[in-house]
Amino acid sequence: MRFVLRRAGFFLLTLWAAVTLNFFLPRMMPGNPAIAMMAKFHGRLTGQSLIALETIFGVNTHESLLAQYWHYLCDIATGNFGTSLFFFPSPVSQVVRSALFWTLGLVGLTTIVAFLLGTGVGIVAAWRRGGLLDGIAPPVLVITSAIPYFWIGMMFIMIFGLKLRWLPWSGGTDITAVPGWNPAYIGNVLEHAILPGMALLITTIGTWTLTMRNNMVTILAEDYVRMARAKGLPARRIMLDYAARNAILPNLTGFAMSLGFVVGGAILIEYVFNYPGVGYMLLQAVQNEDYPLMQALFLLITVAVLVAILLADIATAIFDPRTRTAR
Amino acid sequence: MAATTVTTQPGRASAGHAARRFWRAVRRNRKATAGAVLLVLFCLIALFPGVLAHDDPTAQIYPRNLGPSAAHLFGTSGLGNDLFAQAVWGTRQVLIIALGAGLAATTIAAVIGVTAAYLGGTWDGALNLLTDVLLVIPLFPLLIVIAAYVQNSGTLVLIAVLTLTGWSYTARQLRSQALTLRSRDFLEAARVRGERPLYIIVVEILPTMISLLLAAFLTNALYAVLFASSLQYIGLGDPNATSWGTMLYWAQNNEALQAGYYLQAIVPGACIALLGAAFALLNYAFDEIGNPALRPVRKIRSKHVQSATS
Repeated sequence: MRFVLRRAGFFLLTLWAAVTLNFFLPRMMPGNPAIAMMAKFHGRLTGQSLIALETIFGVNTHESLLAQYWHYLCDIATGNFGTSLFFFPSPVSQVVRSALFWTLGLVGLTTIVAFLLGTGVGIVAAWRRGGLLDGIAPPVLVITSAIPYFWIGMMFIMIFGLKLRWLPWSGGTDITAVPGWNPAYIGNVLEHAILPGMALLITTIGTWTLTMRNNMVTILAEDYVRMARAKGLPARRIMLDYAARNAILPNLTGFAMSLGFVVGGAILIEYVFNYPGVGYMLLQAVQNEDYPLMQALFLLITVAVLVAILLADIATAIFDPRTRTAR
Repeated sequence: MAATTVTTQPGRASAGHAARRFWRAVRRNRKATAGAVLLVLFCLIALFPGVLAHDDPTAQIYPRNLGPSAAHLFGTSGLGNDLFAQAVWGTRQVLIIALGAGLAATTIAAVIGVTAAYLGGTWDGALNLLTDVLLVIPLFPLLIVIAAYVQNSGTLVLIAVLTLTGWSYTARQLRSQALTLRSRDFLEAARVRGERPLYIIVVEILPTMISLLLAAFLTNALYAVLFASSLQYIGLGDPNATSWGTMLYWAQNNEALQAGYYLQAIVPGACIALLGAAFALLNYAFDEIGNPALRPVRKIRSKHVQSATS
């Protein structure tokens, strides 16, 4: 319990750090981009959205920095992220909600599949040391982990979308599709998710497999594994209950840590495939210089990653009794 | 954790001896050899791009979107640049970013990680918390947000941003290695001699961690390459710079894939992937050299293991 409480405290601290970054970054920029930005937007923006922009850069205000900061914290706490400049006059929180659905579906599902599949391959590769899988998987996965995410996506579009014409490669559904809980629409959504999902899977699976394999290799040399063998326990039981269960613990922590990278990759994948999720929206916000939307999306992504990390921590606490008793 | 056999020996082997041992280890490991050859090749290209490519990479003087030919090995871009010249000259900027951000991030990681481990107590707690917070804030979205405020900055700013955001992962690794060194006799001796902490960290601890520092550098360089290219690809780099990421940005803008000009997207992406693979292969090989348990096993032993499983 103490472990989980400590991790929850860390969660809050990191959240505060992210919010503070969001507040101070635009104010710290050299050469005062705010003035340039205001000049650029002059005439195009009026009323509310001008105020929104002024609030972000902290110009034309009589409040002290500290008071602005306090106001910002209060706004975030009450879920007030300001008004989107591009989707004016919708509030940011409303614009974001539609995108969240797509990203959670695509990235959430792909990440879970990648974790399970990667961990599984890692277990088997380490168990059959020197076997075919162990010979092929590590070098191939080392190389795929070094390929830029978006380029895999581009190559998928080229091969499966444009050359072979197997699958759709742009958007979350067909433009003509009518949303609804019917097989035709759901099938359409799934069809559009295959290519971006596969691209994300290929680039992220390597990390899981390699860490799991290397953990397993180290654990298989432990005395308690030898003991289990000496007792004549079934091979499957040694592999899963003795070796894998212990080897997976660092991988759970690794899961938490590399989630940030997965999210980064997902942003690019969504961009390449015009997938209407949070990442695509973030890049659109950047291109449209829609700063309130950009800030809100950055916070949203950070919160999502932090929640996932907290869940991984709780899972660690369940799987690893040591964390429950330690300190 | 990687690199145990070589690093934890506090003995002062001569630099020449260490280098020779290192070179032998690289040559024996096939992954390391492949990575090293690729990296040396890219360095040579970056140093002497004019030898390979005679065209000016910035000159937009050719017919647009040409296919490959003897005059234009990879064809031309949507703006009329020679793609081969762009790919060759682009090597330089990517390598500068990889070296610059890799070295700077590793330096910060070493100072923070080792200082935390050596000083312990409150310092360790504070520095460790800073590292952890930065580690879990998603890096790429943060980079996007910073780049959006900075607006089309030059190479130096890009290196600075990549450094400041990217050091935390390796700092954590270096800290845990330094923790294992803390109670060693040679450090105790230095403390008894009355050396200052700074001296002990720089002169006594860091040299024993050379191979881990090298692995940290490779990790940081790889991420610098991938993140820099990604930022350039989505249009947050300098659109006039000659670099692989910028080439991809123009290919995307030109809708090169949809129009069938595949080489405009394949060439720069393959270059990034090859350079990334060089760093990744070297890094993985370092793990194997440092931790003998991970090395590929010979057939005899695998039979033995399999007979145990069946």
